Amino acid sequence: MAEHIEVRSGVYFDSVTLLRISQSARLAAGISDAQVAMATGLNVDLARGMGFAVPEGITPNDLLITLRGADEAAIEAGIAAFETAVADALAAGRTAGGLGSGPTPRSVRAAADARPDASLVLLSVPGPAVLGEALDAIGAGRHVMIFSDNVPVRDEIALKDAAEQAGVLVMGPDCGTAIVGGVGLGFANVLAEHDGAGVGVVAASGTGAQQLTCLLDDAGVGISHVLGVGGRDLSEAVGGRSALRALRMLDEDPATARIVLISKPPHPAVARAVTEAAERLSTPVSLILLGEGRPTISDGAAAVLRDLGREVPTWRTWRAPAAAGPGVLRGLFSGGTLADEAMLVAGARLGDIRSNIPLRPELALPAAAAANGVPRLAGLGHVVVDLGDDELTRGRPHPMIDPGLKLELIRAAAANPEVSVILLDVVLGHGAEPDPAATLAPVLRDAVGAAGRPLAVVVSLCGTDADPQGRERQAQALAAAGAAVYASNAEAARAAAAIAAGSEGAAT
Amino acid sequence: MNEPASVLRTPPAVITAGVDLLAQTLRDQAVDVVPVDFTPPAFDDPAVADALATVLADPRRAQANAEAVRRMSDVRAMIVDVVRAGDELGMREGEFFHAGPPITWERASGPMRGGLIGAMIFEGLAADAEEAERRLAAGDGLTWSPCHDHDAVGPMAGIVSPSMYLFKLRDTSTGNTAYCSLNEGLGKVLRYGAYNDEVIARLRWMADVLGPVLQAAVRATGPIDATAIVGQMVQMGDEGHNRNRAGTLMLLREILPALVSSGFPSADIAEVCRFVGANDHFFLNVVMPTGKLMGMAASGIPGSSVVTVMCRNGTDFGIQVSGTGDRWFTGPAGTPVGLFLAGYGEDDANPDIGDSAITETMGIGGMVMATAPAIVRLVGGAVPDALETTARMYEITEGENPAFAVPILEFRGAPTGIDVTRVLRTGILPQINTGMAGRVAGTGQVGAGLVNPPRECFTAAVLALAERVGR
Repeated sequence: MAEHIEVRSGVYFDSVTLLRISQSARLAAGISDAQVAMATGLNVDLARGMGFAVPEGITPNDLLITLRGADEAAIEAGIAAFETAVADALAAGRTAGGLGSGPTPRSVRAAADARPDASLVLLSVPGPAVLGEALDAIGAGRHVMIFSDNVPVRDEIALKDAAEQAGVLVMGPDCGTAIVGGVGLGFANVLAEHDGAGVGVVAASGTGAQQLTCLLDDAGVGISHVLGVGGRDLSEAVGGRSALRALRMLDEDPATARIVLISKPPHPAVARAVTEAAERLSTPVSLILLGEGRPTISDGAAAVLRDLGREVPTWRTWRAPAAAGPGVLRGLFSGGTLADEAMLVAGARLGDIRSNIPLRPELALPAAAAANGVPRLAGLGHVVVDLGDDELTRGRPHPMIDPGLKLELIRAAAANPEVSVILLDVVLGHGAEPDPAATLAPVLRDAVGAAGRPLAVVVSLCGTDADPQGRERQAQALAAAGAAVYASNAEAARAAAAIAAGSEGAAT
Repeated sequence: MNEPASVLRTPPAVITAGVDLLAQTLRDQAVDVVPVDFTPPAFDDPAVADALATVLADPRRAQANAEAVRRMSDVRAMIVDVVRAGDELGMREGEFFHAGPPITWERASGPMRGGLIGAMIFEGLAADAEEAERRLAAGDGLTWSPCHDHDAVGPMAGIVSPSMYLFKLRDTSTGNTAYCSLNEGLGKVLRYGAYNDEVIARLRWMADVLGPVLQAAVRATGPIDATAIVGQMVQMGDEGHNRNRAGTLMLLREILPALVSSGFPSADIAEVCRFVGANDHFFLNVVMPTGKLMGMAASGIPGSSVVTVMCRNGTDFGIQVSGTGDRWFTGPAGTPVGLFLAGYGEDDANPDIGDSAITETMGIGGMVMATAPAIVRLVGGAVPDALETTARMYEITEGENPAFAVPILEFRGAPTGIDVTRVLRTGILPQINTGMAGRVAGTGQVGAGLVNPPRECFTAAVLALAERVGR
């Protein structure tokens, strides 16, 4: 027989709640008597009557806990049941709204209080307001995906340090894509389900991850998760804080048999640190680090397939490129990484390409070209524009949602006699436009028709067969409008560069 | 810190804040979406946004704020004595305490001036209002300073003069002591700025009879657990600021045996019982020093953005914040919105006044309006508004105090520890239930209603907190 007597001050429960709490303690295995009550004269007498040695000097404002059981283990079980019941009584209030359901939460913390089962928080609030909401999420032990851009880098570092402390993952800021447990967050393609362990992706590049996973999906490879870390994560300042954490998480994940890390050109020291960390994992890791002289995403996908002992398929195309004379390349991209890759591939053939996200600083667009938010590109030679860059999305939706700026630049390029080939991306999946070809195809047809010269259009179509927009239908509509369509962005860029260089039709 | 969520499995629900398109894509995938009604904070001054980010990112903040609320919740305030202010606090003749942050005679409002005038007459330092006013305006060896500078709190004008009696409370957790004057009742009373003969006569009776009788009763009863009474009154429909009916009667119940057997003339005892029993606000002056002890316990934690004092002097609203100690952050006091006593209207009301916002600082009053359906009409609202108001207050407070449980919210603890960063992030200001004093000195009470602190207090506090973060 064992007993437990405890007095707690500063706790008050009404008698009904205390009866419920007592009942829970009494039901614990091996407990014979249990009373949890405010120490009123009556309750103290009751406890003494049950043979408990209640201490003198306790007041009706103290909580008196008395337990009796078969042995110490029973007492421990009784205490545990009591603590759980108290915690439940306290937690009941968290979700209570009084009469009705209560007002909608105004902050992530209130939402997290109300929904303990929501393991993820997706933020797309203005960049300067991200910090507080994300800290709420981290404080509540939830993982966060930050879609927002324009988050100060010092906020990013503070968030990722807090996340490391709390044992959660911060994806982003400026993270456009993630897939967690089959749920797409932000811009995410619908991937086929596969049995067994798949490939987990850590991505410091949104459309890069989309392109990679779409190609692997086309090749029949299952994807376990896509964890975005944000375009700045592998910069010198941020130091790969989230990438390192995401690698560890995927390493411990039973659904992940192989990891691919894909990134825009990282800082060399960070690339080294990430590479070394990857080598220490028990799961094999492939790195796709984009940059001059490095493999393309399509090459990287092929390497992963070879590592998995699979055949590398011929990436899909729809319609061959139209004949056009040599001239200037005009690349119009919604995806920053796809634009990067296009410049790397086409630049190898055409030489310098100017851009708002230039590969080298001297290739930056002149200030005048970018004024007023609509780039003016005539006379600048080969140009590739990332329409999703922060500068161009300030005050308007992302081009994957709103193609307005892209359509305007297609018309301008068609009207410019220097231009012989327009290269553009179309990205499908959750979050993207519901039917991009419906707006794009007529504009392409009109622009090419009105150009009065041979003008080729090459489309890099990033998507899967399961995407809600219907990849096949999109491709057919674009092909019917005169565009050559490629599932591989690198192949699309190579084809466009060949046209601009004057070797028409040299598709691959 | 909560347990980290397990990632890498299908999330049953996702919390979303921001553009609805992203929430919609989740709904399209049959994921349960928990939307946040987010509105971006609007700052005119980028320096405030910058300071807010600095304070939010301060790695000390989470723990410091949790510690502040823990200390507040640990306070066990005991009524240990009833004492004469001059004897206890060494006040000299011509020295006064007042509510709110420091104030000069020139800037003092009508009720603040009225309270000082009345105290001059009461202390025999002036024969009439004209003389009192002349001497106060001239300075003339008279001094006044905030109650808060003396570990005290005073309702409305909050005037304390040496001959007045004070409740003396001690926190068993920290050993701190706090004081508050005895409540005079409603209507024409000094704390609302009235000073006619009836007011002065009542003050004399309080100093000659009420104070000594209560002193004897409290000393005989022994320390009385004020925190416990507050917890129970909140469950009984008092919010502890504008409604203290249950608290008053529970206090009376505690001291009644000692009162009766105190040996004072039975007529005096009867009068004391009648006065206390008829004054629903009598216990407010015990709630307030309980709150003061909670604020004192939480004060001075480096990196904490929790508010430890909110008060007003009829001209300025002032707050103090844990991480910056006893530094004042002020803004113009607003005028309450509410109901007026017969014969008065909006033009008669003075801007917000009194240390009683310490009740909201401690997590009750307007913060737990949901618990007091009986007064929501008095302060100009309906029951659903009261529920919503309290639900909103959890958005801006660091924690919850289980000792003050709100029955209608499933006994959820009172929202405790107002966090300046949350006030600025959400734009939600603390809700304060309050009385309204007449604008003109000598008027007294004109009504009761609701008021919010000015945002300036909180932006000033965040700027000061940011200065203390080495970033």
